[in-house]
Amino acid sequence: MHLRRYPLFAASAGALLLGAPPAAAAPHSYEIVLDKLKFVSVPANLHKGDAIIWVNRDILRHSATSTDHHSFDVDLPPGAKKKMVLTKIGTFPFICRYHPGMRGTLTVEK
Amino acid sequence: MNLKFALIAPLSIALVAPAVAAAGPTDPQIAHIAYTAGVIDIAAGKQALAKSHNKTVRGFAQEMVRDHTAVNDKALALVKKLKVTPQDNPTSQALNKGAKAELAKLEKLNGAAFDRAYVDNEVAYHKTVNGALASTLIPNAHNAELKSLLETGLTLFKEHQAHAEQIAKELK
Repeated sequence: MHLRRYPLFAASAGALLLGAPPAAAAPHSYEIVLDKLKFVSVPANLHKGDAIIWVNRDILRHSATSTDHHSFDVDLPPGAKKKMVLTKIGTFPFICRYHPGMRGTLTVEK
Repeated sequence: MNLKFALIAPLSIALVAPAVAAAGPTDPQIAHIAYTAGVIDIAAGKQALAKSHNKTVRGFAQEMVRDHTAVNDKALALVKKLKVTPQDNPTSQALNKGAKAELAKLEKLNGAAFDRAYVDNEVAYHKTVNGALASTLIPNAHNAELKSLLETGLTLFKEHQAHAEQIAKELK
């Protein structure tokens, strides 16, 4: 990071965004793997515009279904890899509709 | 795989696991038991789909048919790869005998009575199978891939048991 090139008192938000590496600001993609009846590595620090890529490595059909019943419901047959862009801010607990013991939470900030 | 067994000795399921544990089941026997357990639950699920009109019960039955079919397909692919011929044994025979009696009992029930009996049996059945997996089948499995598949099976069937217990509460 070379933030010191931007005197903080002078830098506009835009300049800070441009100066920071893409990791800090640009939309990110995060993989959430489903394996052995678990959602593995659910990321923290998510932001609106980021994408989740659901990857089902299990031998079973699963889903990623928000418990509010309307935010998202992604069907995941074995081997499926599906992308979902986070368009809403909030906290979204989710389950597998077929195996409700499988749980996770996405927390999306602006 | 030959799943038609001579139903000779009237063994109860509860008595079987210790009997096998004493002798220590072989991998071909373990594969046969695990596969048989799956076939039984698929048959029970299909019976529920033919008889039940309850949306939750039907959803659960579909889950059982789908999941146990997936695991059994994987098991068949594995035994083929390992060139293992699953071997019939008293545990598989007892499981089949118990299942046949349960299917006949459930066949006589209808409506809510069937739903409750089916789900209660699913709880009991998964408990029995999970107990056998944890105490006998997994510890005795020699092949690492077979052991791993059994472990996945145990995780899955515990989930099934929990799901069945939850539905059983809702039906009460």
